[in-house]
Amino acid sequence: MSTALLEVDAVGKTYGMGGLFGRDRVRAVDGVSFTLDSGRPEIFAIIGESGSGKTTLARMILNSVPPSDGQIRFRGRDLATVRRRRDRLAFMKEVQPIFQNPFEAFNPLKRVDRYLFITARRFLGTRQRAAAEEAADSALRQVGLSLAEVKGRFPHELSGGQLQRVAVARALISRPSLIVADEPVSMVDASLRVAIVNLFTTLRDDLGVSIIYITHDLATAYYISDRIIIMQNGRVVESGAARQVLDAPRHPYSIQLKNAVLSPDAAGSDAALRSDRMADRANVADAMTS
Amino acid sequence: MMTATRAPAFPYPEPTMAMATTAPVVEVRDLRAYYLVNQYGVRREVRAVDDVSLRIESNQIYGLAGESSSGKTTLIKTIAAATRPPLYVVGGTVRFNFRDSSVELYGGAQPDLGAIRWKHLSYVMQGSMSVLNPVRRIKHSFVDFAFRHMGEPMPRFWEIVRAHLERLHLRPSVLEAYPHELSGGMRQRVTIALATVCRPEFIIADEPTTALDVIVQKEVLAMVREVQRELGSSLLFVTHDMAVHANLCDRLGIMYAGRLIEEGDTARIFKEPLHPYTQHLISSLPRIGDRKPRQGLKGAPPSLADPPTGCRFHPRCPLAMGICREEAPPLLPMENGRRRVACFAAMAEATGEGSP
Repeated sequence: MSTALLEVDAVGKTYGMGGLFGRDRVRAVDGVSFTLDSGRPEIFAIIGESGSGKTTLARMILNSVPPSDGQIRFRGRDLATVRRRRDRLAFMKEVQPIFQNPFEAFNPLKRVDRYLFITARRFLGTRQRAAAEEAADSALRQVGLSLAEVKGRFPHELSGGQLQRVAVARALISRPSLIVADEPVSMVDASLRVAIVNLFTTLRDDLGVSIIYITHDLATAYYISDRIIIMQNGRVVESGAARQVLDAPRHPYSIQLKNAVLSPDAAGSDAALRSDRMADRANVADAMTS
Repeated sequence: MMTATRAPAFPYPEPTMAMATTAPVVEVRDLRAYYLVNQYGVRREVRAVDDVSLRIESNQIYGLAGESSSGKTTLIKTIAAATRPPLYVVGGTVRFNFRDSSVELYGGAQPDLGAIRWKHLSYVMQGSMSVLNPVRRIKHSFVDFAFRHMGEPMPRFWEIVRAHLERLHLRPSVLEAYPHELSGGMRQRVTIALATVCRPEFIIADEPTTALDVIVQKEVLAMVREVQRELGSSLLFVTHDMAVHANLCDRLGIMYAGRLIEEGDTARIFKEPLHPYTQHLISSLPRIGDRKPRQGLKGAPPSLADPPTGCRFHPRCPLAMGICREEAPPLLPMENGRRRVACFAAMAEATGEGSP
């Protein structure tokens, strides 16, 4: 049996809100568990609407927010024990993030290649400029760019799609085994979105990188992911193989989500919108009684 | 009387039996809106809207699709007469045919915009939080926006507002709320109520559901549809989400790099897209229940400050021919004028099939 890459074990997070008196407690994530296998790279989708706790979960996996309860283990080691600088760097080398908005992820006043070189220096220990450039170039080639196209450019000189691919390349420099991508395509233009989504499948198949793909877009999740979990109010309401879950969702919330996805096939008829809330409620009621 | 003098330059055929015989609510002719920047003696010109002509019939939802920097926001700003320097209208006109008056913008003397705004033409914006004043209750926003335009005494005004909210299934208690007390979906519903309370004949909606979750998005779209059908208004709906267009719009126009490249009935366009860019947009949409690999499009949208010569899509186009590099394809009518497309390859294919 191969070892687990990432074990998320009954993890919860409670945020305290409010001032000195009468603090409100918000349970952002509640009892979430799943395991990613190290021998079998996969795209694991976390689906939920805003406020469902998916970004909090991602931050806990990235070890930037400690869980209130439960444990997250990466290659068997509890992330709570990864505290010293050397341990943290070793962990970050293995687990890399990609953020939603590439225009916010990169400092607009700094050249984008700088991020690639810093990442190479920090995680690969390259001291020479030439070695750093080579590492950056090979990572950029994996996402269909080259250093020549990016070198010396500022973020505003690149399109959103190019910039997001640079973000993916940056994450690839340290040769991670896990990438956590939080809504990576929601800010990218329609004609470039597919290219980025396809890139994730290439990373999984050719480089053996596991990807945690966080999204509220069920259609792209169906298109690329192997397994999914659906979250509502911090809890996992449904999980399983992506196709199975989305073809025949069982939980009322998953059914509601799937029904809310507008299909392009119904073009020209407003049936989907006319059916309205009443129909959704009826469907949910059916599912609950059956 | 206008059509008689202007028709030859306009790529629409004369109205036939199949088309609506009444005048369209909005008629945009050869509109060009450029950003003109003159910095330290260096003149720069960004052609955000270049030669766009379209018409929106009454009681019709017209969808405008296109990615960022395709000029769609500039186009609706120009139609809404909300241009501010450095955006200038360089040529063309926008004409509104309202029930009791006609207004022409950019055709000479600027008409009194205060008289048409909100009563005839209103606007639903993307960021509901920035439309509603965060430190005032919702009811004050209604007074600020709508009271003057409705021209009714205060008690009658509140009667109309309450009746309107009820029609949109909103509780009148939202009037007492502050914007931060409402959820994003609720706020967006309030802005839609705000934009429709004067029963305008033409509504512009700029990405009103982009920031919302799928479930809320569907409810808000259903509401948009309902209120449009009830008022019989025309709606110009802008979003980059093709799935929304498919489910909401009667007609669809697709913009690329400042130009309208295809236009037609939504069902027809989705069934048989003619322009290669439209074909890509539709074929690359992921669908639940279908894991067929989809191809990305090479390259990136062009910079409008320095667009490619000829057809602006040719560097990314799989069908590009020699002529595409040199000449910009005109937007020519097809299918008895119900469809227009700007592509040499699509025209060449269609000429064999007895198209006009």
